[in-house]
Amino acid sequence: MADETAALPETPQKRLVERPSRLTTVLRETGPTVAAGLAFVLIWEISVHALGVSKFVLPPPSMIVVSMVGDFPYLMKALAYTAGITVAAFAAAVVSGILGGLLLTQHKDVERMLWPYAIALQVTPMVAIAPLVIIWVGLDRVWLGLMILAWLVAFFPMLANTVQGLKSADRGLQDVMTLYQASRWQRFRHLQLPAALPYILTGARISSSLAVIGGVVAEFVAGSGSSTGLAWVIVESGTMLDVPRMFAALFILSIFGLAIWWLTSMVQARLLSRWHESELGGER
Amino acid sequence: MTDMSPKLQPVMRMQNLDKVYPNGTVALKNLFLDVHPGEFVSLLGPSGCGKSTALKIAAGLAEHSAGRIQRPGEDEAKGIRARAGEIGFVFQEPNLMPWLSVFDNVYLPLKLAGLSRTDAAADVAAILETVGLAGFHDSYPRELSGGMKMRVSIARALVTKPKLLLMDEPFAALDEITRNKISQDLLELWQATGSTVIFVTHSVFESVFLSNRIVVMAARPGRIIGEIGVDAPYPRDASFRLTQDYAAHCRDVSGLLTRAMES
Ligand SMILES: Nc1ncnc2c1ncn2[C@@H]1O[C@H](COP(=O)(O)OP(=O)(O)OP(=O)(O)O)[C@@H](O)[C@H]1O
Ligand SMILES: [Mg+2]
Repeated sequence: MADETAALPETPQKRLVERPSRLTTVLRETGPTVAAGLAFVLIWEISVHALGVSKFVLPPPSMIVVSMVGDFPYLMKALAYTAGITVAAFAAAVVSGILGGLLLTQHKDVERMLWPYAIALQVTPMVAIAPLVIIWVGLDRVWLGLMILAWLVAFFPMLANTVQGLKSADRGLQDVMTLYQASRWQRFRHLQLPAALPYILTGARISSSLAVIGGVVAEFVAGSGSSTGLAWVIVESGTMLDVPRMFAALFILSIFGLAIWWLTSMVQARLLSRWHESELGGER
Repeated sequence: MTDMSPKLQPVMRMQNLDKVYPNGTVALKNLFLDVHPGEFVSLLGPSGCGKSTALKIAAGLAEHSAGRIQRPGEDEAKGIRARAGEIGFVFQEPNLMPWLSVFDNVYLPLKLAGLSRTDAAADVAAILETVGLAGFHDSYPRELSGGMKMRVSIARALVTKPKLLLMDEPFAALDEITRNKISQDLLELWQATGSTVIFVTHSVFESVFLSNRIVVMAARPGRIIGEIGVDAPYPRDASFRLTQDYAAHCRDVSGLLTRAMES
């Protein structure tokens, strides 16, 4: 017979809810990323020196930093140009993508009429139409051509996600709206739009990074002297064999891309904060 | 000769109702059903016999193919449509808007009717109190248990003070303990508000416990094959489940249901 009064061995008492401080959280989240980056840079620096790699092939990080500091005003001007074009193209893509999505979901016939052309626009390689666009806007307004090209690339994911989102409203929730005789506008405002929001925000994230890529590629295609963005810095430095500056421009471009990605993620997290699964960080 | 008995006008009247889905399925055939004020009617029948279809037609969520239907506040002759909110509907799923808080989900029908949030606040708070969710105004649906979500859904259906409450297997997804508790709360609510309920269920026990009339349906084509009255007095609580009366009714209803399955 089991002795029911015998006590179980003591187990160490855990705090019910561990609530780490803000600083600890930030360190936990960003610590590994920063550590990995630093380790990578360190190994790079050491191996370049140890193996005697030519600076024309792969300059050490220290040299890239020197170049970045030395050419800082020049690089920042180039960044401002690229950033301006990218952000403008992205904003245009968001607005036009949402409006286009609204238009396409108004009626099945509108969709039949326009959707295939939207796809045609998407599958035509941007590099192929770039020269044409540059000619159309004129060489004195290359910035406009670049903006149009970046917009072309960023537009489609925005459109496709909006369309899908507006169609995604749950049947049961639609029945609720029908039961209470919601008007078309009420149905849109209180069901379709909020249901589409996660899709639209995902579209915006994809579209933001595509706008950066589109802007840079367009600049490459537009070619010599006509532009003054970061892509042009890379081309120019390449012809002058200034490889450290190429790397400097490249890094700035990546950091800019990351910043845009991070910004759109923040907006997404803010807007979906409490109700959407994707923002609950695996909490169950 | 005129009928001298003080007969109440039915809240809902279905006459000779047919429903044929576009794919040719005959979901309902010659359905007659009158529901009177204050009744708690259960629709019981095997899967696919058209219970949900009948309820959707009652709510105006689906069109009928032939026959006539009279909804509360509706007058076909005068071309008057039922007002929004005359009928409440509790679906099998809670069907809550995930982006709205509990309060705003319950406020939604009033909002759609043009009532401001401040004007509606007292009514919304009162109904949330009644379903036992007074402390959960600011919670979001995903933060609630299945039973609590169902309570929000019931509160939303009741907030417009409907003449008729339609419920389509509302408790099917709940565990037995929660189901029994919430059933009893529903009965109290029904008595307190004096509303009329049509309740769709698969469960003989649930229908006997809740209703004063059980309408049994058979499938292919969907039709009514009989009905049984449960005259046990309200309020009913858990002890009702232990009575002879309850057992006898369960046996009768089961018998009728078996016939429905065979026919
Ligand atoms: N949208 C539809 N299109 C075609 N047929 C349908 C549709 N909805 C239901 N049916 C058919 O109509 C019949 C009745 O369906 P209904 O959903 O009303 O049954 P039910 O009694 O509610 O069943 P359950 O108890 O399983 O919910 C079934 O044979 C079903 O296949
Ligand atoms: Mg059903």
